Amino acid sequence: MFTKIGAPDGDCVKVIFEGKEVAAPRGQTVASVLLAEGIRSCRTTPVSGEPRGPFCMMGVCFECLVVIDGEPNQQACMTFVREGMLIKRQHGVAHIGPEDTAEQDPLE
Amino acid sequence: MLNCDAAVVGGGMVGAAIAYGLADLQLDTVLIDEGDVAFRAARGNFGLVWVQGKGVGCQAYASLTRRSADNWPKLSEEVGALAGLDIGYSRQGGVHVCLGHEEFSERSILMKQLQVETKGQFQYEMLDHRALSELLPGLGKDVAGGSFSPLDGHANPLFLLRGLHTGFRRRAGRSLINAPVRSIRPRAGEFDLDAGNETVRAKKIVLAAGLANAKLGPDVGLRLPVYPQRGQILVSEKLRSFLPIPTLHVRQTTEGSVLMGDSHEDVGFDDGTRPDIMAEIARRATRAFPFLGRARVVRAWGALRVMTPDGMPIYDQSKSCPGAFCASAHSGITLAPIHAFDLPRWIAEGALPREVGAFGAGRFRVH
Repeated sequence: MFTKIGAPDGDCVKVIFEGKEVAAPRGQTVASVLLAEGIRSCRTTPVSGEPRGPFCMMGVCFECLVVIDGEPNQQACMTFVREGMLIKRQHGVAHIGPEDTAEQDPLE
Repeated sequence: MLNCDAAVVGGGMVGAAIAYGLADLQLDTVLIDEGDVAFRAARGNFGLVWVQGKGVGCQAYASLTRRSADNWPKLSEEVGALAGLDIGYSRQGGVHVCLGHEEFSERSILMKQLQVETKGQFQYEMLDHRALSELLPGLGKDVAGGSFSPLDGHANPLFLLRGLHTGFRRRAGRSLINAPVRSIRPRAGEFDLDAGNETVRAKKIVLAAGLANAKLGPDVGLRLPVYPQRGQILVSEKLRSFLPIPTLHVRQTTEGSVLMGDSHEDVGFDDGTRPDIMAEIARRATRAFPFLGRARVVRAWGALRVMTPDGMPIYDQSKSCPGAFCASAHSGITLAPIHAFDLPRWIAEGALPREVGAFGAGRFRVH
């Protein structure tokens, strides 16, 4: 669906998407790397459970949410790839809540 | 020229509800709306159906609020069925969280006063930190406790607004949009409204134009001293459900977003946002629920409440121009059932009953 244009991929970092290693050109965002890899959906919505993927590519639509290094609801289009980054799909709502601990650190 | 039985000026929460009710009474009704340039309190709403604390020192307002809240299940069901949507209403009670013991003791006094004044009709419980923790998990150490009332609830205000408009159209109501009403001319027991490119001739009119009621009222002999009071709201990313019931300052929607709000600012007709106020709202929310500090805020907005000098609604009929009614209220969600069921009936009958006499515009007259 997407074709890389311009300079060939030179300087790449390794990121892990859902356990799979992906070579990602340094300076690109997580969203553009996922799209270039043909990964069109990166989350499911909290309301209907439908799959969604990067759309606006400029930080306003919140369709490209992923879990990065354990932090939920990260905007893939606003995050540059880094060496060793662990990226996972965001399934539904982020799990932040008071239930696990008394009050200090409820982030799951 | 557009002829009708009743013209409602204002398609916000108040006007839409009244038009919805008038159309149900078989009145040929035209709903006139200024368009999206309007200050839309209806679109900035927090979504509480709130009873606790309202009407202290004014029994008429306490009982109006109570009656409205009690009719919310009916409204929710009716609008939901007519418009084919779920407006997210639930009534499992609500909490006013008190930070510090001073807030807690002030709140206790206020709640007690309301219960005494309503002769026990108002039900509530003051819960200390431990007891409140049973209802609301993850409370911060600054929380001294809170007042819980089983009478409170919440709903999705945007779905309610959409539902009322859809329901109005299903009941054969006509909407005139992008049509700011510039003037109203009473003539021979009827009214000509100069609305955008159209002239509307109506047997009855209802001014429900929010802040613009102050400007339009005098055309039909009504002095309506409403003024803007800004409130700002912060909205978080959608989170797993953790708040089973709403609080005055923080509520979680059915979909998972957390709304934080309740600022009261005197800034004229400025519906923007200000970082210091947003910071204060966030501070209060995270003192109550410290784990919210880890949530991301994704949206914020300001909106203008339609305030009256004593904070109570205005319902009246013009004495010099009978047939011209007005409705101004800042609690458009809580009072929606009054606006959808009761007011339309009174307007159709042509007279407001004595029980709403306390809400007449005459109470603001300078003697």
